[in-house]
Amino acid sequence: MAREPVLTFTDKGIYCAAGNFYIDPWRPVDRALITHGHADHARPGHGSYLATHAALPVMRHRLGSISAQGTAFGEQIIINDARVSFHPAGHVPGSAQIRVEAGGEVWVASGDYKTEADGLSEAFEPVRCQHFITESTFGLPVFNWQPQKNVAQQINDWWAGCARAGKTAFLGAYALGKAQRLLTLLDAGIGPILTHGAVEATNRVLREQGIVLPETVQATADIRPKDHPGAIVLAPPSALGSAWARRFGPQESAFASGWMQLRGVRRRRAGDRGFVISDHADWTGLLGAIRETGAENIYVTHGYTEIFSRYLNENGWNAQIVPTEFGDDAADPEDEA
Amino acid sequence: MKRFADLFSAIDQSTKTTVKVDALARYFAEAPEQDRLWTIALFSGRRPRRAVTTTRLREWGAEMAGIPLWLFEECYPIVGDLAETIALVLPPAETRDDRPLAAWITDLRALSDADEDARRTFVEEAWTTLGGTERFLFNKLITGGFRMGVSQKLMTRALARATGRSEAELAHRLMGNWQPDTTSWDALIEADDPGADASRPYPFYLAYALEGTPEDLGATDDWRAEWKWDGIRGQLILRDGQYFVWSRGEELMTDRFPELARACDYLPDGTVLDGELLVWKAASDSPASFNALQKRIGRKTVPKKLLAEAPVVLHAYDLLEWGGQDLRETPFATRRALLENACSDLPPEAPVRLSPQLDFDSWDVLADLRADARAEQAEGLMLKRADSPYLAGRKKGDWWKWKLDPLTIDAVMIYAQSGHGRRANLFTDFTFAVRSGNDLVPFTKAYSGLTDAEFREITAWVRKNTLQRFGPVRQVTPHHVFEIAFEGIQESPRHKSGVALRFPRMSRWRKDKPLQEANTLDDLKDMLRIYG
Repeated sequence: MAREPVLTFTDKGIYCAAGNFYIDPWRPVDRALITHGHADHARPGHGSYLATHAALPVMRHRLGSISAQGTAFGEQIIINDARVSFHPAGHVPGSAQIRVEAGGEVWVASGDYKTEADGLSEAFEPVRCQHFITESTFGLPVFNWQPQKNVAQQINDWWAGCARAGKTAFLGAYALGKAQRLLTLLDAGIGPILTHGAVEATNRVLREQGIVLPETVQATADIRPKDHPGAIVLAPPSALGSAWARRFGPQESAFASGWMQLRGVRRRRAGDRGFVISDHADWTGLLGAIRETGAENIYVTHGYTEIFSRYLNENGWNAQIVPTEFGDDAADPEDEA
Repeated sequence: MKRFADLFSAIDQSTKTTVKVDALARYFAEAPEQDRLWTIALFSGRRPRRAVTTTRLREWGAEMAGIPLWLFEECYPIVGDLAETIALVLPPAETRDDRPLAAWITDLRALSDADEDARRTFVEEAWTTLGGTERFLFNKLITGGFRMGVSQKLMTRALARATGRSEAELAHRLMGNWQPDTTSWDALIEADDPGADASRPYPFYLAYALEGTPEDLGATDDWRAEWKWDGIRGQLILRDGQYFVWSRGEELMTDRFPELARACDYLPDGTVLDGELLVWKAASDSPASFNALQKRIGRKTVPKKLLAEAPVVLHAYDLLEWGGQDLRETPFATRRALLENACSDLPPEAPVRLSPQLDFDSWDVLADLRADARAEQAEGLMLKRADSPYLAGRKKGDWWKWKLDPLTIDAVMIYAQSGHGRRANLFTDFTFAVRSGNDLVPFTKAYSGLTDAEFREITAWVRKNTLQRFGPVRQVTPHHVFEIAFEGIQESPRHKSGVALRFPRMSRWRKDKPLQEANTLDDLKDMLRIYG
């Protein structure tokens, strides 16, 4: 009789029968292990949550009162017949790959990850396993990121140019993760750094848990733009060009996302500039991560699943597409990549 | 190439007209002369002859990137642009080269005579030398199509600023058949005799759509009205005993309309007419539908049979040159009188006809005439101010198109496909069906009409409601009803539904309508009977 796989893909999400728990489930379950706090991974309504200590504060902030337990990276946890541990995924602060071992088999559900160390999130660690579940948001060879320091230079040059021209620079980025990463890349010598309320709320949570971020000023309703000449404003993409942004007078806007690699998307989404920077792995990063796990069996989800798994199969892996009938639930997946 | 790449980036990165014009004007003032000429040529759709086929480019690109060809082909529709796809999959450039644009073009043109190995070596070296935007632009030089948010109008404005000449004069100078290697900056832009080229057309004057009703335009006496024909806008030039036909898109179409050659027999040399090319049905003395004309547009040379079946006539509505004199500053009413005079003796076999003016003494009378436009095979009316000069480009105020309201039908979305280019990564191409009993019968596709926010919303929905995939096409749960607007309906044996629509687009997302309230195949057939 064929043995039940350690992890299976159900209509509620990734399920571990040996441990009787789910990983990043879509529908309410009794016990949920969560890779990170983004809305399409940490959903409301579960009986109990388990995540890294560093991921929990944001989850509590977003989900309200939840029954949750924290774990340290690398800590071994026994859940029923499964042995579980969390390992850095490098996606956002606290984000983890979840290693599950049962009956001598090791599986890793990697959630979202990137392989370049960004200096803010715990750096990605390869975890040896036989079965690896990988995202494929940017699983095409047209997606190759430049080193972070190059992008930082481009952003600071743009900001300095705006400041010289007497304009406020608006930089659109996802409020959890991307915005804080950008904060750490900004050259505060150029001017003051202002934030939209949604970004500042996350900043507050992360600062409270001990993460050091540059000084920021929240752009509240009564702020006077004149008091902050040469400022950059970090805001969610939806706030660019809004009435809130317009009262800052002369301005340029930019959008920071991996999708900015494509000229078509850049022209559609970016106001004046598009910066190519993502918290997801690029093509080289995905292939490198997969190689380093040593896994033969790859399960491809979130993104260019068909193309990426075909390529893996042609190159010696046993890859399959994870059925995601509930798919990307984010109203706008471009915003968070 | 770097200077050209910087210009491209400055234009491409901005949505603001002033920024684009500034960048262009600076470039036209500073770049070497040959680069300037080529830049004007590229931005107005003239490009060097293609020296390498796109098939070879794909193969060489995939090989140099170390990826299988199928993977490259999968990336192409997602990126939406071949030149960009190649630029992105290749490894970063290793060295740098800063030869000017014109030097690269000269080398590319020399490739036409080289053998395939030499071509490949050249292209691969360019790819290792040029990075980022420069590499993308190099590929664009080969594949063509520099559509990049710079209209002819913007370029002309920038040139005017850089040279101190008027926009109208420059627009005229840039029209026609010139090529960068057969002219010079001086001859094209500066020299005194721009009219030397007999084929050179005048820039077309384009009308804006009238919003609301014409009452706001003032007294009816100041206005003239004509049918707005559903054909191709064209300029017929008779000079030096030759004839030339230009499309509004500045394409020389002379060879496609050989029947217009006989215009030289009926009209004097030194005449330029603005009018509508229509297929004419002699039997009923009326224009045929746009479908008939479509058969002609596609053919660079016209077989005799088609020429007999679908003869084209120019419906003239304006006279731009008469006796070799440029009349564009003359008031429309005067130009029109001259035109009527010129056309008064034309026999029925002449390939030119006068497009009639409509009699009306009140806006209400005109509104009634407009309501009958479909019966005349017209799309609506054109309103022209009697004292208006013939301007260049789309200008508000003197000319208006007052089109019929489109026909509409409520249809169910059943298939979705992602767009490309600017719309890559979004579902934008949809197939719609009408109800027939318990079935859904597909009858049209539509790509436009939704806002970016609506496209994002429907994209998220399609991802979650895909029933089946057929390559890039997804069958979705029949659920959403859209109002489809269109300009005309025709019987079509090639379509399952038996009809073909003209200019279908999504005019409204009917979130208020359940599936059961979408229109039926019978409704569609009724429309075919009434409007077909």
